[in-house]
Amino acid sequence: MEFVYSIPIIGVLFQFIGYVVEVTPGIAPIVVGLAAPIALGALCGIMNERSGIVNIGIEGMMLSAAFAGFLAAGLFQQAFGGEGWGPFGITPALVVGVIAAMLVAMVLSALHAWLSITVAADQIISGVIINVAALGLTGYLNRLLISPNPRLGAGTFGSFRLPPEVVDFPVVGWVIEMFVEQGPIAMSVVLFVVVLQILLFRSRWGLRTRAVGEHPRAADTVGINVIGLRYRNVILGGIFAGLAGAYLTLEATGSFQNNMTAGRGFIALAAVIFGRWTPVGAFGAALLFAYSGAFGQAVRIRPPGDEYPDLGAIMAAIPSQVYGALPYIVTIVILAGVVGRSIAPAAVGKPYQKEGKTA
Amino acid sequence: MSAAAAPADPAPAPPPPQQSFIGRAIALAAVPFIAVVGALVVGAVIIIASSLARGAFDLTLPLQAYANLLEGAFGSLRGIIFSIVSATPLILGGMAVGLGFKAGLFNIGAQGQFLMGALGSAAVGAWAAGESGIVAVPAAILAGAALGAAWGFIPGALKAWTGAHEVVTTIMLNFIAGALIGYLITGPLEAPGFSFSRTGPLGNAELPTFFGTGIHLGVLIAFGLVPAVWWVVWRSTLGFEIRTVGANPDAARYAGMRPAMLTILTLTLCGMLAGLAGAGQILGVSHFMNASYGTSIGFDSISIALLGRAHPVGITLAALLFGAMRAGSGLMQIEAGIPVEIIDVIQATILLFLAADLVIRRLLRLRAVRAQPEELQTVTKTYGGGASS
Repeated sequence: MEFVYSIPIIGVLFQFIGYVVEVTPGIAPIVVGLAAPIALGALCGIMNERSGIVNIGIEGMMLSAAFAGFLAAGLFQQAFGGEGWGPFGITPALVVGVIAAMLVAMVLSALHAWLSITVAADQIISGVIINVAALGLTGYLNRLLISPNPRLGAGTFGSFRLPPEVVDFPVVGWVIEMFVEQGPIAMSVVLFVVVLQILLFRSRWGLRTRAVGEHPRAADTVGINVIGLRYRNVILGGIFAGLAGAYLTLEATGSFQNNMTAGRGFIALAAVIFGRWTPVGAFGAALLFAYSGAFGQAVRIRPPGDEYPDLGAIMAAIPSQVYGALPYIVTIVILAGVVGRSIAPAAVGKPYQKEGKTA
Repeated sequence: MSAAAAPADPAPAPPPPQQSFIGRAIALAAVPFIAVVGALVVGAVIIIASSLARGAFDLTLPLQAYANLLEGAFGSLRGIIFSIVSATPLILGGMAVGLGFKAGLFNIGAQGQFLMGALGSAAVGAWAAGESGIVAVPAAILAGAALGAAWGFIPGALKAWTGAHEVVTTIMLNFIAGALIGYLITGPLEAPGFSFSRTGPLGNAELPTFFGTGIHLGVLIAFGLVPAVWWVVWRSTLGFEIRTVGANPDAARYAGMRPAMLTILTLTLCGMLAGLAGAGQILGVSHFMNASYGTSIGFDSISIALLGRAHPVGITLAALLFGAMRAGSGLMQIEAGIPVEIIDVIQATILLFLAADLVIRRLLRLRAVRAQPEELQTVTKTYGGGASS
């Protein structure tokens, strides 16, 4: 029986690969855009977890930053106006928005650091507090400040446009387009990933951070300021969560909706784990999650046609909600398949107290 | 008591001398009480600040808002009943999270388990609408409990067998539950003849109500499960094993218990409780489910479990508080113009004060021992360690 079934399955598999190869160049720019907030959230998670702090609150930080960025940019635009400049259409308002987003995320990170490090509260509960507070406060202020003011907004950053010769370049043209035809935040994600990867594994700061995350007592013994470094890394990590939020309102949509992060902060956590706590790995995971999301859109917009008859029949039979839930399903499957073999920083989640106190 | 769970007090206090029951209750309730009061004060500050945004600085606005809140929740018999009915799913949801805490598990999936329970009871209820109530009501309730339990079993099994952390998997399952409901209610389960996508009428599967009020059978079930859950956790062998695994998985394993099985069982039970909450809401309150059925029960349940210190009685009190706030918030929004989202802010602030309870205790020089300190400290320790722990 198996033999009989196997031939059509292989046939469908080949059709599937053919379809994937066909649609991928088309959806590639969307993939990097969708991956950007997840990857940035994951960088925040790595900064935290590498120094021994669990951060479930990335979602709330992103949401607050998205809100603050939108509000600050909108109010600035209303008060002062300003013209777009350069290839990205950068306006003063947008810059103010991005800065506000980063600051708000850093303030929330400081709260998380205080609760996790100084108060030694449960770090997951601290993260939940940030998520609940962010959802409530942004919803409250949205209704109070943004809803009565429907014309509020400062637009979005523009995307970089490549000359058509580059885009049409055979084989690699679409890869270049994928990473370069983006707004400033999405475009710089690659840069952040590479820089953080190098810093984490090739710099003194990185060595110390990893030491603090693996064995804080040993790090303390050789003179590293465990508490100080943890505070610094958690708060700096907030910058990435802030950029992720700013991306959502100031680069991707130009508007704010309640709960618009829609679980991206949690997918970022899964990306951290899947990427084995390395920036490059987490970026790869974010690309995978984003691809599964974009693929769902592609199926809806351009379903497999006559070239792939069997595949088309199968895909048409799958309800659209399945494609919508694909990133979440992929997250679970990957976590279930991978996490048993990947090892977290040893001290993650454990508050540190100096000698003489039990921690 | 593992190392990670040890309290951070410089001098762990010896067991206190025999306290009276009232003294013990005060010691237990002091921090939650301060947390609630403190959160109301913070909420008042936010309300005053938001009165600035509307151009008029109004110091009495919080008083008016809270008065409306109280009036909406307790001002009339209808309000009181509405408060109790609103508290019902929160009691079950809070116990769904609190039971997980006892086993060292953080069940953020109450949301999805609730939704799946609601879906199951809406579907079976509509299907059995024509049967007599004696058949239709239990069938619909059991369907909700079973589907909720299944949605709790999945993260339990994933955690036990693959080490996937329940915090992430339950959140993902919440989204998947939403997508599944969207599909089923716009597709196979959609009832014909309505202007929007919804499940069919429940007919005889609707829960009976009592005293000519909104008090439905689900309310009685929820309040009846409070002592039942207490008995299971504190008086049964299963409860002893659950608490042991939560306090120290290694010790539990050496004692011959099976942490993997207990993880699966606990999360399945959690899912069942949350599923019952969903069943009660559908069968007793809304009487149908639409494709975009929304609820805030997920986060609410977590707050309630923490505020109630993972104890069924504490959870019941916390759920009544939150139910009253939800019930009264509508009047507050209409009368005082304060968006209902302020409830979420107050909720988060309560949690903040609870998490920082060490700070509160030092500030107030409260000498009371921390009642079961591990409750707020056990959750994180399994994170990332995966299957090894």
